[in-house]
Amino acid sequence: MHPAPSVIVFTTLSGLGFGLLIFLGLGLPDVTGMVAFVFFAIAYALAVGGLLASTFHLGHPERALKAFSQWKTSWLSREGCCAVGALVAMGLYGFGTVFLGTAWPLVGLIGALLSLATVFTTSMIYTQLKTIPRWNMPLTPALFLSFSLAGGALLAGQETVATVLLIIAGGVQLAYWVKGDQAFAASGTTLATATGLGNGGTVRAFEPPHTGTNYLLREFVHVVGRKHSQKLQVIGFALGFALPVLLLVLPFNGLMLKHIMAAVAVLSHLAGVACTRWLFFAEAEHVVGLYYGKR
Amino acid sequence: MTELPNSTDRKMGLVIDLDTCVGCHACVISCKGWNTENYGAPLSDQDPYGSDPSGTFLNRVHSFEVQPQACGTQPAPAAQLTHFPKSCLHCEDAPCVTVCPTGASYKRVEDGIVLVNESDCIGCGLCAWSCPYGARELDLAAGVMKKCTLCVDRIYNENLEEIDRVPTCVRTCPAGARHFGDLGDADSDVSKLVAERGGFDLMPEMGTKPVNKYLPPRPKDQIEDQIDILAPLLAPVTGDAGGFMGWLDRALDKIPGGAN
Ligand code: SF4
Ligand code: SF4
Repeated sequence: MHPAPSVIVFTTLSGLGFGLLIFLGLGLPDVTGMVAFVFFAIAYALAVGGLLASTFHLGHPERALKAFSQWKTSWLSREGCCAVGALVAMGLYGFGTVFLGTAWPLVGLIGALLSLATVFTTSMIYTQLKTIPRWNMPLTPALFLSFSLAGGALLAGQETVATVLLIIAGGVQLAYWVKGDQAFAASGTTLATATGLGNGGTVRAFEPPHTGTNYLLREFVHVVGRKHSQKLQVIGFALGFALPVLLLVLPFNGLMLKHIMAAVAVLSHLAGVACTRWLFFAEAEHVVGLYYGKR
Repeated sequence: MTELPNSTDRKMGLVIDLDTCVGCHACVISCKGWNTENYGAPLSDQDPYGSDPSGTFLNRVHSFEVQPQACGTQPAPAAQLTHFPKSCLHCEDAPCVTVCPTGASYKRVEDGIVLVNESDCIGCGLCAWSCPYGARELDLAAGVMKKCTLCVDRIYNENLEEIDRVPTCVRTCPAGARHFGDLGDADSDVSKLVAERGGFDLMPEMGTKPVNKYLPPRPKDQIEDQIDILAPLLAPVTGDAGGFMGWLDRALDKIPGGAN
């Protein structure tokens, strides 16, 4: 799949933003006033910024309101509904903690659940697609949820929880890469099933339908070199999980140093997740590539 | 609405004969023409006269080569070329419809045709991601999703002669490789054709239940040892010419720069 920057930015930032909202909704950390304001500002900047980025790749963003209508069948529509619900509930909760100095736990819990649901629905947009075997597996929601929770805990300053969640998320990522590499072959879709010509012998794409490129090739066929992808896996894993965990468990003296290290951990995690998210799209192969003799 | 109907009254669709298609791309051109001049946003081209032309098409013809396995009777079988037109298969279980967030994509109850309501489409592209066959293309100029409409503006169009009330690709195909009809009716001509010729689904494992069917290429005749029945009569009578002609032949061979 074409790794569109708008979609990478969207899933990376809003995953982190909704992750932070989950923890804020649960009262972790239990903050009020100015401190709460800063936390909510960061969470909303990430979540809303990501959602806005996602509209950049639409052909008609001005009709985006229509996308809330088909929640009965469409995961994309469900995502939109959950996101708005989460932002409204958490806005209410945030208003209480920032301006009234009181936290309404029930509102916070609802907001946290809707935030979690938003991340889950985002992941299901990709997971539901049988046409992209690398995404069409239960590890995809696990990947999005574990990343969001780990990042949220890290941003919320929940050191112990964050350490555990980062290790889990790193593990899910490794499993996803191993499983993902086998997914296309396991799907059973080949040029023979795509053309129905397999009975006669070995099928080969002989001539494409046109000499130039087209929407399908631009959108669905993106070839990442094996070496390139391995390098990015190492960088993504190191920045996203290994380094943040290291920074969390190393004993630093002094509040200032601790804060700086936490900030470094967050930035490193963000860069690492963006890197693995690029791979998530770039390495995903759509079955339509078979018709073009490409994957 | 993006909920699929439980069943449709009719299942209008195409039957494409891979044995007959000669790969002329006439259907591609007539489709582009009809669907640019009629229903919905025109099928745009980008950089059409430049060095990197591309454009929106609802029907494209691929060509595949099938290499049969060598066996005792055929130690070196010839590869076979199959031209392969591909457009929307108007699936019964169309994933492109259910993924659509706006309700722009829908499947009609009356005839099973899958359509896009262009004024509702936000151009998110998700339906194209969900189609295994590459049947949907986002038009770059209009920013909306385009797909085969089964020429919904021809097949019921009483302003046209009756003979023209079929999809334009079917009407145009000079080889008669494309057939149109109700695949939900077991007695229709297309259903009979599918039954007779062993029509099949593309990527059945995707669970999309396509309405359009493909007919397999017929087995080719064997190439016999002697292709040309006149050849034995034309064989040279003697191998080496003698006498004057033989001498002339040898003498000519000796001249440098000759053919041999
Ligand atoms: S062929 Fe593709 S676009 Fe057409 S109905 Fe099936 S899934 Fe949808
Ligand atoms: S591109 Fe248009 S028709 Fe396709 S899923 Fe998005 S809104 Fe629906």
